[in-house]
Amino acid sequence: MLKITNLHATAGTKEILKGITLTINAGEVHAIMGPNGSGKSTLAQVIAGHPGYEVTKGSIEYQGKDLLDMEAEERAQAGVFLAFQYPVEIPGVTNAYFLRAAYNELRKARDEDEVDPIEFLDIMEEKLALVEMDATMMQRSVNAGFSGGEKKRNEILQMAVLEPTLAVLDETDSGLDIDALRIVAEGVNKLRSPERSTLVVTHYQRLLNYIVPDHVHVLAGGRIVRSGGKELAHELEEKGYDWLLEPVPA
Amino acid sequence: MTAPYTDQFEAYASNGGGEGPAWLPTLRKRAFDRFSDLGFPTTRDEDWHFTSVTPIAERTFKALKPGPTTLTLSELRPWLVDESWHRLVFVNGQLEPALSQFTELPAAVQVSTLSEALREEPEWVEKHLGSLAAFDKAAFTALNTAFMQDGVVVRVPKSEVVDTPLHIVHVVDAQAEGAALHPRLVVVAEPLSQITLVESFVGLGKASYLMNAVAEVAVGNGARVDHYKVQRESTEAFHVGTTQVTQGRDSMYHSFSYAAGAALSRTNIYTRLAGEGGEARLNGMYMLDGVQHADHQTFVEHLAESCASRELYKGILDGSSHGVFNGKVYVDPIAQKTDGKQTNKALLLSDRARVDTKPQLEIFADDVKCTHGATIGRIDESALFYLQSRGIPLENAKALLTYAFAAEALETIEIDALRVELERGVFERFTHTRLE
Repeated sequence: MLKITNLHATAGTKEILKGITLTINAGEVHAIMGPNGSGKSTLAQVIAGHPGYEVTKGSIEYQGKDLLDMEAEERAQAGVFLAFQYPVEIPGVTNAYFLRAAYNELRKARDEDEVDPIEFLDIMEEKLALVEMDATMMQRSVNAGFSGGEKKRNEILQMAVLEPTLAVLDETDSGLDIDALRIVAEGVNKLRSPERSTLVVTHYQRLLNYIVPDHVHVLAGGRIVRSGGKELAHELEEKGYDWLLEPVPA
Repeated sequence: MTAPYTDQFEAYASNGGGEGPAWLPTLRKRAFDRFSDLGFPTTRDEDWHFTSVTPIAERTFKALKPGPTTLTLSELRPWLVDESWHRLVFVNGQLEPALSQFTELPAAVQVSTLSEALREEPEWVEKHLGSLAAFDKAAFTALNTAFMQDGVVVRVPKSEVVDTPLHIVHVVDAQAEGAALHPRLVVVAEPLSQITLVESFVGLGKASYLMNAVAEVAVGNGARVDHYKVQRESTEAFHVGTTQVTQGRDSMYHSFSYAAGAALSRTNIYTRLAGEGGEARLNGMYMLDGVQHADHQTFVEHLAESCASRELYKGILDGSSHGVFNGKVYVDPIAQKTDGKQTNKALLLSDRARVDTKPQLEIFADDVKCTHGATIGRIDESALFYLQSRGIPLENAKALLTYAFAAEALETIEIDALRVELERGVFERFTHTRLE
């Protein structure tokens, strides 16, 4: 599904990712953990195609295609989804319009007919229930004036509607209370299937109690310093990150 | 540069301009003399610092002898917004009854052309015409007063409420190439009355002309006037429009100015809050491309206690276009408890587009609340990436964000049909797709 090989990326002149190699197979859930500033969010954004980062070395292969050669919208159309750490507010565009526009772009990319606003309402009904969001949220501007929890739920709503093949969750758990965390996790778990993969980026082990990963990786200083099974997350919860942070050779 | 108009004025004075009640030629003469003295404004004038009218001043626009029009209702249809409205259509400055629509208005409400009103109620017209639109410092208003051909007079008697909007459409086509048009609008809303006016300026084709419009609006005590101005002149045309308003106690004047046409346009909206508790809402939006230039100047004079003014202007600029917004607020020493807020925002879609903005607050009372804010920016990169990351192509994402920028201003339009039409215009202009 996703094959990252020796990935180096910079923001401006600063190298943030310093050689990441990671393979995610179809149906797997991987977690990337690590201290602040380790490059977790950068990895998530590079996968989604954020223009603020430059890949200087290495490759990302997605479903056999060169992901780095695709524009952000092409990646989305091919089934890549990033749940943002800080969802962007877009005053003046309703959630309903935005979601349907995105939904139809994905359908167009698959040579399927676009859906009209009425058909889309039916699709939304079930998805809204999944994330326990009120239908009135659809008439509000995208994320504008949403609380932190509402914004994160809105990300999961988008994910539920767009049904990605590869979902990347960037610190979706930060700032969530326990109820919101459960709702978010249920949304993610509902999508789990042998054809879909998920990459969960998180600082804390908490979310992984709800979304149980197949593999856990620890990112530090722009490199993966340790990989293991779900028990690695528990170990990190007990011991913190310090024991993994050896001085990086020059 | 005013000299070429002297011959025109003399010819006009001895022809159509000499008609009407005796005071009218005197008024015209006084105005023309003032225009000759003032000359066209230059960028040395503070009020015209960012807008050069050289392209207007160096040409001589001719007086127009209106001929019969071949324009049909179906050609006009795209500009009518809602065909059920009471509508006066002027083609190249002349009323076309066949294209107009006269609906049932309350019997006491008077809507007539200026020439009719001059014939039927010359004393009433004398009292109001020119009473608000001072021309001692305003060359274009002086020029309009000297040459005004026809126009509309609206009188809403006390406590009358007119429900459907009154649409005044000024259409100009190729017949008016090189011509100057000087329409006049006089509105008197007597105490406790209400009316909604929509003024449309429409240019068909690529004609180059000068549209120099003046409106005078008196809003009586407790009255409300909603005044929409939709400027969609030909992109080769010049548009100068001045609206001069006076407001009584507890009155409301709500204006929305939409400017998308003309090579060079200047819109002045001036209101005097002369009675306690009055409110002025001055909103607008302009959308420019190519080498278009659009200048809005607002002036709110707070001359009584406890009045409020609200202004929201938004501009979208592409190509090498140039936008100007100059918002003046004066608060008289007597105008305590003034509540004023002015916001203007511009979105630049190209590196070559430019905006000059100048808020001017002169406050001489101490118990007032007055704020102003101006922002000039580009499309938010993080919002763009957010939309792209959901599969929306870059160009569509830009268009959607541009539309969203405009929406805040367009939402202040209280006539649904007009709001929907302008929203659609903005959306289609940037997305090249239809808005459902």
